[in-house]
Amino acid sequence: MSEMQDYKSSLGDVESRKFETFSYLPEMDADRIRKQVEYIVSKGWNPAVEHTEPENAFDHYWYMWKLPMFGETDVDRILAEAEACHKAHPNNHVRLVGYDNYAQSKGAEMVVYRGKPV
Amino acid sequence: MPKDQTKTYTAGVKEYRETYWMPEYTPKDTDFLACFKVIPQEGVPREEAAAAVAAESSTGTWTTVWTDLLTDLDYYKGRAYAIEDVPGSDEAFYAFIAYPIDLFEEGSVVNVLTSLVGNVFGFKAVRALRLEDIRIPIAYVMTCGGPPHGIQVERDVMNKYGRPMLGCTIKPKLGLSAKNYGRAVYECLRGGLDFTKDDENVNSQPFMRWRQRFDFVMEAINKAEAETGERKGHYLNVTAPTPEEMYKRAEYAKEIGAPIIMHDYLTGGFTANTGLANWCRENGMLLHIHRAMHAVLDRNPNHGIHFRVLTKMLRLSGGDHLHTGTVVGKLEGDRASTLGWIDLLRERYVKEDRSRGIFFDQDWGSMPGAFAVASGGIHVWHMPALVTIFGDDAVLQFGGGTLGHPWGNAAGAAANRVALEACVEARNQGRELEKEGKEILTAAAKSSPELATAMETWKEIKFEFDTVDKLDVQHR
Repeated sequence: MSEMQDYKSSLGDVESRKFETFSYLPEMDADRIRKQVEYIVSKGWNPAVEHTEPENAFDHYWYMWKLPMFGETDVDRILAEAEACHKAHPNNHVRLVGYDNYAQSKGAEMVVYRGKPV
Repeated sequence: MPKDQTKTYTAGVKEYRETYWMPEYTPKDTDFLACFKVIPQEGVPREEAAAAVAAESSTGTWTTVWTDLLTDLDYYKGRAYAIEDVPGSDEAFYAFIAYPIDLFEEGSVVNVLTSLVGNVFGFKAVRALRLEDIRIPIAYVMTCGGPPHGIQVERDVMNKYGRPMLGCTIKPKLGLSAKNYGRAVYECLRGGLDFTKDDENVNSQPFMRWRQRFDFVMEAINKAEAETGERKGHYLNVTAPTPEEMYKRAEYAKEIGAPIIMHDYLTGGFTANTGLANWCRENGMLLHIHRAMHAVLDRNPNHGIHFRVLTKMLRLSGGDHLHTGTVVGKLEGDRASTLGWIDLLRERYVKEDRSRGIFFDQDWGSMPGAFAVASGGIHVWHMPALVTIFGDDAVLQFGGGTLGHPWGNAAGAAANRVALEACVEARNQGRELEKEGKEILTAAAKSSPELATAMETWKEIKFEFDTVDKLDVQHR
């Protein structure tokens, strides 16, 4: 059994801040993000991009990047919008959403560009 | 009424089947339907036993009474309309009974159960009796409050999307002081769990009164939220000796800003549960439901009430979460059958499917669905199976599987969170979790020493006892 480790997390250490789903995994590379976008498309969900300043990340409402891409199934176009949002707001968190209009909920939501947390 | 159809009063005992066995009856959309598994006493014909069950669970009594003739009993009576063999049994049979909707007070699960599983279960003409399933007419469903909020609202309130939620029951079950208890909660939540839970037998004992528990737990939630930037909750158990005391605790939980409270619906009772669910809806509190005592009612395959019926009753009475068993952990539960009642808890419409023990179509109309809670003897190695079985609309609760981590609760929580997210990611990629579980977890553990240690700790533990209550199948 390996040596006991301290659990590194504190109010003072901004690295302790998480971003809900998938934020306990290492930041995903482009290939892994693509696969999640393919999943959103395969479920028939409507993709959307949102962003926020890290200090407001706890709010329910982040800023919409344009409107949700209703009916969009082109994975490259979806990824391009996320990237465009990131370029326009390089310090912000950017998340990808899959709106499930049957469940009236989000079937997927994940931060794809992590800003520096506060 | 023509003269030959009027009834005259003759005192004495009549055969039930003359009145209550109606194989020609076509059930109405507004009828309650019930399927009982019946083992009659020796020498009692099936039709008579089925009719007796219909009578005793509706309008009948053991002898004819003159006041029967003051009403239209032919309208109000329960009707045994079909009989079927039970696969794999020589002595038991299924009796299908229809009840007119007028027999039941609107919005009262209490009234429904008092009729359907009341005196009839002690009735001498049957040796054993089990209520296997019921069909609640949509007209009646709409008179019940149901889950205070339901799956969709809870996801929005807690901000959890695209994955099952994670919980943990704080242990030891009994004996911790409130402040030490709050410490255990805080460690779990900062490590990455969404919820922690009071054990069902934690109410307000001398070693930890409820008010101190609520206060310390709330500080733990607030600090863990600030630290992780994620929304957190703890199921504050408000199950209490009296409804007055229950509401007092619920009000205090609301006052301090807790998002969710908890109730034991069988030991607390349906009157308390339905009232509390209504209170939760009015006060914006989520409601977690535990099911202590269920195995007393549902485990014997020949006598009692099947859990799918208890699930339906809870969905009518109200709760946003319900414990459903894990299939893979330390507690009883057949896989196909469990999948059946999970659907009954969550879905809008569930079709008859005997391969999952579902005897009737069930339409829930606009009534919200509730989260299935898997809890009991599960750990990280079960994660691939749990994500496959339960899908996203579930709370996976690891008690020992969090607190028993050699580095403590926070590490245990982080291990579970990493394992969960790795499984969800892999599932979304189209990988088969139950086949590739080991590789998926092993890969995830490379960046999580907490997960690697958890996998090492629980490697050998399995719960491979056979299920006592199985679906009725021919080859048993």
